[in-house]
Amino acid sequence: MKTADTIRLSLQALRRYPLRSTMLLLAISIGVAAVVMLTAVAEGARRYVTGEFASLGTNLLIALPGRSETAGAGLQGMLIGETARDLTLEDVIALTRSANIARVAPIVIGGGTASWRSRERDITVLGTSASLLEVQHWTLGRGRFLPDTDMDVLSPVCVLGGVVAEELFPSRDPLGEWIRIGDARCRVLGVLAQAGVTGAFNTDEVVVLPIANVQQMFNTPGVFRIFVEAVSGERIPEARHDIIETIKARHQGEEDVTVISQDAIITTFNSIFGVITAALAAIAGISLVVAGILIMNVMLVAVSQRTSEIGLLKAIGAKNRQILGLFLTEAACLSVLGGILGFLIGTFAAFVARNLYPIIDFHAPEWASAAALGVAVASGLVFGILPARRAARLDPVLALQKR
Amino acid sequence: MIELRGICRDYAVGDQTVHALDHVDLAIASGEYISLMGPSGSGKSTLLNIIGLLDRATAGTYVLAGDDVSGLDDNALAGHRQSKIGFIFQSFHLVARLNALENVELPLVLAGADAKERRARAQRMLESVGLGPRMHHRPDQLSGGERQRVAIARAIVMEPTVLLADEPTGNLDTASGGEVLRIIEQLNRDGIGLVVVTHDPEVGRRAARHLKMRDGKVFSDDRRES
Repeated sequence: MKTADTIRLSLQALRRYPLRSTMLLLAISIGVAAVVMLTAVAEGARRYVTGEFASLGTNLLIALPGRSETAGAGLQGMLIGETARDLTLEDVIALTRSANIARVAPIVIGGGTASWRSRERDITVLGTSASLLEVQHWTLGRGRFLPDTDMDVLSPVCVLGGVVAEELFPSRDPLGEWIRIGDARCRVLGVLAQAGVTGAFNTDEVVVLPIANVQQMFNTPGVFRIFVEAVSGERIPEARHDIIETIKARHQGEEDVTVISQDAIITTFNSIFGVITAALAAIAGISLVVAGILIMNVMLVAVSQRTSEIGLLKAIGAKNRQILGLFLTEAACLSVLGGILGFLIGTFAAFVARNLYPIIDFHAPEWASAAALGVAVASGLVFGILPARRAARLDPVLALQKR
Repeated sequence: MIELRGICRDYAVGDQTVHALDHVDLAIASGEYISLMGPSGSGKSTLLNIIGLLDRATAGTYVLAGDDVSGLDDNALAGHRQSKIGFIFQSFHLVARLNALENVELPLVLAGADAKERRARAQRMLESVGLGPRMHHRPDQLSGGERQRVAIARAIVMEPTVLLADEPTGNLDTASGGEVLRIIEQLNRDGIGLVVVTHDPEVGRRAARHLKMRDGKVFSDDRRES
């Protein structure tokens, strides 16, 4: 018997009971669609979170003052009043000498107000150096970023976030205008492109000034964070080592700096979400096993309904193996069709979700879709074996007598 | 052609053993027309099933066309059924979802025949039973007589050596029953062996050789002079 004929006869048999076949298709497709949709959600969340961290910058290390291995300064620190030493601009400049470090951008951050003529607005004041633009992959809407001067040089200039610029200068080009930040006056050099929250900051709501100006404004000698970009991904460990050693040497051998690498964070999140995705896939996969049991039940009913047909097939020369093949093919056709249908439903649902919530990229990972289809077909076959064997082993005389 | 020696068929019913066939000896030459008659429970259907290889004898020897087929496994029996035996049933046993042509093609499909060739052969068979114009009808669109003619076309499409008919006219009115008998008798004249199990003495009398059974034994075997 030819394979094409086996499939054709199986499909004809399935068409004979449209309601029952549709229900089975539905059961399987819901199972597959559940796997596709749930893993799409988990995968979308993973991409969203890791994307957020990735947008902090590439090959990025963040240095912050103090050791983070104890909570705060610890009990001893509380008793004898020991606190972490500030990171200073001299520390930052020392870091730029490392061969493993491409760029260094110090950060001082605080709240403030910006005003131009009668307009005033609350803003985030961000003091940094020229290299932050590249470190954070920001794009300028117009004008220039901070000048690439020494970090400790005061300079009355600023760069406005997109929304700040729009609201202070609703009908005017802000470039070259003098605005007031707190008590200081500065000239607008450029405007950042509007992008919402990118990386560590909401760039729309920020006014960027040279770090020396902000240190003066807030009367602080310290640096809040240092963003360090390693020359390449492979050199991140060396760059981290350099940061710690440089700061230690400058702080009398005290290792009072914490270095966070964004890669480490991303890796952690990736592995957490990987486990979540797999767990969701497994939970949804259980519905495929349920669908398989449903196939078995319905096929058993089909075998008993079609007993006389099986008897006839045997009378006209069908071998047991052929009967087995016919019923297994029916189960396989159901599960393959159901699997494909479910995959399409799940993919379509992910597509709809992507359009409803564009910030999250709902996409089922390939392995999950493939596994869902594989489990659907396997459960169809495994649970189809029992009914098919029952059909193949029917006694032809008894089968023909049944009507 | 067909040779049965000491065939027994026992069934266990509860803790009793029923002897459906009790040491039956029978020889059938090729191309014979035989009627097999007897009261219900006399074993005539069991004998037909054994001849048709649907059932296995508990004891005895069965030689079919020179091959000893007693003790063969399911697969081998299916092979012999496919090539040598055609069945006609009282209730037709057509597959309801397939049209007449597809029903007739079914044995060829199982045998793995080429689609074009089997279509042509099935069409020829349907034309020979007078159903050429109705070959695309499904069984529920055909009359009882027509259904039985489809079943006959299906039974002969593999060119068997013997046709086994179990009450072929049992579900038919006299006119269509007569038509069915004429067709299978014509096939017999063309050389196919024919064994008809029947209750109806009218039908039984038409055969050239009359077997009568009772209690699992053949008790009378006459040949009509022709």
